[in-house]
Amino acid sequence: MKEQEKKPNSFRGASKYVLDEELAKIVNISIALEMPLLLKGEPGTGKTMLAYAIAESLDLPLIILNVKSSMKLVEALYQYDTLTRLNDSRFGDSKRNVSDIEAYIRMGKIGQSFVADAKTVLLIDEIDKADTDFQDDMLDVLDQMSFDIIEIDKTLKAKNRPVVVITSNAKKDLSDPFLGRCNFHHIAFPEPEMMRKIVEVHFPKLSDEMATACLQTFYRLRDIGGVEKKPATRELINWIRALKSDPDFRPAVLQRGEVPYLGVLYKKSADLGLAAKAIARLRR
Amino acid sequence: MFIQFFYTLRDRGVPVTPTSFLRLQRALSLGLVTSLDDFYTVARSLLVKSERYFDLYDQVFLHHFRGVELKDPEAHELTDIAKALLEEWLKDPAGVAAAFGIDEKKLKKMSPEELIRYFLDRLKEQTEAHHGGNRWIGTRGTSPVGHSGTHPEGMRVGGVSRNKSAIKVAMDRRYRDYSQDGPLTQAQMGEALKRLRRMVPAGPKDLVNVDKTIRETLRNAGEIEIVFDRRLTDRLKVILMIDNGGWSMEPYVELVQTLFSYARSQFKDLRTYYFHNSVYDVVWQDAQRYYRPERLDEISHRDPETRLIVLGDASMSPYELMYAGGAIDYTQRSTRPSIDRLKFLASLFRHAVWLNPSPLWEWERVRTIGMIRQVFPMYELTLDGLEGAVRRLVARN
Repeated sequence: MKEQEKKPNSFRGASKYVLDEELAKIVNISIALEMPLLLKGEPGTGKTMLAYAIAESLDLPLIILNVKSSMKLVEALYQYDTLTRLNDSRFGDSKRNVSDIEAYIRMGKIGQSFVADAKTVLLIDEIDKADTDFQDDMLDVLDQMSFDIIEIDKTLKAKNRPVVVITSNAKKDLSDPFLGRCNFHHIAFPEPEMMRKIVEVHFPKLSDEMATACLQTFYRLRDIGGVEKKPATRELINWIRALKSDPDFRPAVLQRGEVPYLGVLYKKSADLGLAAKAIARLRR
Repeated sequence: MFIQFFYTLRDRGVPVTPTSFLRLQRALSLGLVTSLDDFYTVARSLLVKSERYFDLYDQVFLHHFRGVELKDPEAHELTDIAKALLEEWLKDPAGVAAAFGIDEKKLKKMSPEELIRYFLDRLKEQTEAHHGGNRWIGTRGTSPVGHSGTHPEGMRVGGVSRNKSAIKVAMDRRYRDYSQDGPLTQAQMGEALKRLRRMVPAGPKDLVNVDKTIRETLRNAGEIEIVFDRRLTDRLKVILMIDNGGWSMEPYVELVQTLFSYARSQFKDLRTYYFHNSVYDVVWQDAQRYYRPERLDEISHRDPETRLIVLGDASMSPYELMYAGGAIDYTQRSTRPSIDRLKFLASLFRHAVWLNPSPLWEWERVRTIGMIRQVFPMYELTLDGLEGAVRRLVARN
């Protein structure tokens, strides 16, 4: 650990992120090998938060590309703003030169990370939403750190190689060539002890009794079968926040098996009904 | 360095590539790895690209660096063997009891659940297959369990009637989820399925149609007229139900795998369930049909526009289909005959098809196929059949 502290460019966690040592190693090796880091895991395991944490800890700007299912790769790279050009050619009151197409090229998120003057952290969130073509083509771009802008026949090379973090919800399998070029890590759902630390980071003043009661209830709720979307870290944090803001709430309520503010934990009405039933059954 | 480790991983079925191995060498030469713990983490993140193989990686790692012996079948893989044994026990209690060396009466006292547990425990005791021995499981032995053996009352634990040895089939990791691995042999199949994707314009009109804008602007004598379109989005949801039980489906495993590997990457929202022979009260989300059951009533909450694809040979004895409690799986008690369940499904989802891997000419000969065909439009699992099914599924009414 001592050696790491000397290096300015190694990742050691951030103010609101509880990092396990294994993951820190993987992040550092990905940065050293200049490979994209692919993070898989169920929602709420902190995949996205990790990118924020890396950016914060290395003091680099963070650029986020939220992948959508209908997204084309070129949208992530650059956009040719035809409308503005049309507008300028009609009214001619802008300072741009209408015959210079380059003035109308806008950088997409990947493009921005390439042209940035300083090194950046590029988060490509939920890559599994896009189709396989998008994924493979994107990896080519990230591999070569350059792409072509067709409209002006120019190749754009990255000034600084960004630190690339890619997340996937594991809904779909990613293609082999894609996987081959990434460093892979699967974030398991946090164990109770780890979750305790996470809760403590968010609520430093939380009483011991309260934390224990909340976590016990939370993990018991996660065991309820048939639920489509299990409550995850985000829901837990919000739930504790709700409990804390209720002046009448006592942790003893949880020990009796009651669960107030269930709606904070379950976002789907079917799940909510199921959970309420299960809780009623457990109490009996 | 670590070349042997690399090959052990490969032998054990972790898909490691030479490129990733070279990357590992680079990481080592950069001086980033200073301890065995570092090596464990770094090598895993570089070599293993799916959490499915993490467990296998752990085993190989322990074997290689700590000298731990590698085990053969995994516990959950035994579940299905145990189930097969249970079925066999109901047909031939004496044979199975003798095979386990236990009193038949004792076994008879057990509930199906207890029996499964018992079989499972016994199976776990046996960590390697005995082929040709006289132990109680294996093939070509003299034990009554297993088959192609010489024991006169030799029973077949599962097995396809075409000279495939049952336990061998079982031990050869048959229990892999179809969705997860398997080679892609027929790319066309995926292409046929791709057509199921229906891109429809949806949402607000926020996409500029440049061509139309220019045309309209010209028509407007240069006064800019911007034309907007809706975006194309894929809104199709698919439920896939697969019959992966029963040895009658065994010859089609490969076909199903092909279909699957493609299906997973094609649809935005695809749910897969498994069943045995026919659908009763419950279908399963896991291929072992053991851990994650889901009641049909829960499925009824789903969007009625969801496309339902059932995949099965629809071949069973008529009572399995027509009588309440006809389920072949003894762990499952149904309250209504399966045919009612199928009708229920068909009424929930108006876009539903049944894909049948058995060839068309066999259909006339199997009664249950005829019965199920009256509920679901049935198509052969061939490229042509698939296209027909896709046409049916994308039809608007």
